[in-house]
Amino acid sequence: MMGPVTFLKELNFSARIGLFIVCCMAFCGIFAPWLAPYSESQIVGDVWEPIGGKFIFGTDQIGRDILTRLIFGARNTIALALLSTTVAFLAGALLGFIAATMGGVTDQVLCRLVDVCISIPTLIASLIFLSALGTAVTTLVLVIGIIYTMPVFRIARAVAMDIEVMDYIEAARLRGENLWWVMHKEILPNALTPLAAEFGLRFCFVFLLISSLSFLGLGLQPPLADWGAMVRGNADGIAWGFLHSLLPAACIAILTIGINLLIDRWVHKASGLRDDQ
Amino acid sequence: MNNTLPIIILKRLTMGLFILFGVSILITVGVEALAGDVCSAVLGQAASPETVAACQAQLGLNQPVYVRYLDWLFNVVQGDFGTSLANKREVSELLSKRMGNTFYLATAAAIFAVPLGIFLGVVAALYRNSALDHAISSSTLAAISSPEFFVGYILMAIFAVSNNWFPAISDVESAAGFWSRLYVSALPIMTLTLVTVAHMMRMTRASIVNLLASPYIEMAKLKGMKPSRIIIKHALPNAWAPIIQVVVLNLGYMVVGCVVIEVVFVYPGLGALTVESVMLRDLPIVQGTAMVFATVYVVLFLVADILSMLANPRLRYRK
Repeated sequence: MMGPVTFLKELNFSARIGLFIVCCMAFCGIFAPWLAPYSESQIVGDVWEPIGGKFIFGTDQIGRDILTRLIFGARNTIALALLSTTVAFLAGALLGFIAATMGGVTDQVLCRLVDVCISIPTLIASLIFLSALGTAVTTLVLVIGIIYTMPVFRIARAVAMDIEVMDYIEAARLRGENLWWVMHKEILPNALTPLAAEFGLRFCFVFLLISSLSFLGLGLQPPLADWGAMVRGNADGIAWGFLHSLLPAACIAILTIGINLLIDRWVHKASGLRDDQ
Repeated sequence: MNNTLPIIILKRLTMGLFILFGVSILITVGVEALAGDVCSAVLGQAASPETVAACQAQLGLNQPVYVRYLDWLFNVVQGDFGTSLANKREVSELLSKRMGNTFYLATAAAIFAVPLGIFLGVVAALYRNSALDHAISSSTLAAISSPEFFVGYILMAIFAVSNNWFPAISDVESAAGFWSRLYVSALPIMTLTLVTVAHMMRMTRASIVNLLASPYIEMAKLKGMKPSRIIIKHALPNAWAPIIQVVVLNLGYMVVGCVVIEVVFVYPGLGALTVESVMLRDLPIVQGTAMVFATVYVVLFLVADILSMLANPRLRYRK
């Protein structure tokens, strides 16, 4: 493992910008209650007060401070996306490794199941299951996590398949190590780098999905601040020329760009595509 | 030999059918969960147990799940998706109308997006790491990182609010004639085009760069071949397969990307219908729309597979 300074030196210019954006957003999220000027759902002024007045970013459709909502939104939306992606990776990687190491019928059954699940567009599947099961935070995390388990399974399986054929795996098997040992001590350490890059990429997808869902009214429920839901709540203002509602959408875009910039090189390496630089 | 092309295609088609069958089961499970106590929800607290029971009998909710599923499947195969719970209209009629609107949107956007996306991707790949490539790549990165509603609302703010050029709400129903229809749906088409061009450009660039880094291209370069000839004679024949993949995958993405865009512009398409009926718990419509979306996905993936096998014989024997 390399230290933080070497890590920083390794990054190119755009990756450093990405890192900066991600750190800023994470900082806002973690220290939200101390940074925000007001409390999360406090009504502080008139409806749709303009940007740059008493409130830096104005107020929303029922008079809450938008800056405060943005800061708390960072905390809620990012935490939700992070949890869902983690669930997807734990389940997906485990199943993918199992499929790759066991092979045979297990592999076939899992693959065909995933083929089926992946054929329902993620947004449609999450719309149906979330409106059926409700939008409690645990349900949100589990439903989105399970939906994204499918693509993660495919990647984890493909990565593990490449490692599976190595000599040291065969040596471990000949030593009589069990399945768990092979997955945990032999495959996992070697699969970690490509999977980490993939984690960043999937996080972006999950993040955008969650934003779309809460824009459609199926994400975190009010009074919790959430970037997608903030856009939905303030959308009527656009017709009147109040562009506040685009601020949270811009935050979503900025964070996604930041992550993309940060992980670009690793994703590129992990994708196996050649580049003649 | 059991690996001739028609047999491979036939195998893929059967596989596609099986997947659709699985999908229909999965969707039924979801809709089943969504059903909950739909009758008491519709009839309200005051309904007597008898009326609830009568309503359940009418919807067939008193029958076991598999009986209802098989009934539904049997009817769907014959083109009957049942009747809507909310307004008692034929679901198939509603679906085909909304599907027409969504396909109109997707097709119109595809006409602009496919050539533009591929062109930008190829240009960026050929002149990679130039200022032009950086400009194209960073603007498309911004576009793929933005949620669809962000792009949609920005366009709305520019073209419908600040300047009154296009309507903010796509009232397709009352638009008669080709031009007025194009006019009312201009903003959703633009939004979808922008988002898809970005995806397509990035995928095209990645696969062309990958191709140009192949040893045989380097060989051709070392032989002193003209760059234009390398592209046409060596790169292009192998580029078709990835380009077809990119186009078809993005067409699938377009049909689904419509959902949010349709909601933003109140465009009466399949996506908006799905969102509405999920909220209203109009189960037959939810089941129908979800099935249509999944079928579009499965069919497009199949087409992508088959077309790239036709374009690149080596893919036929990959296992």
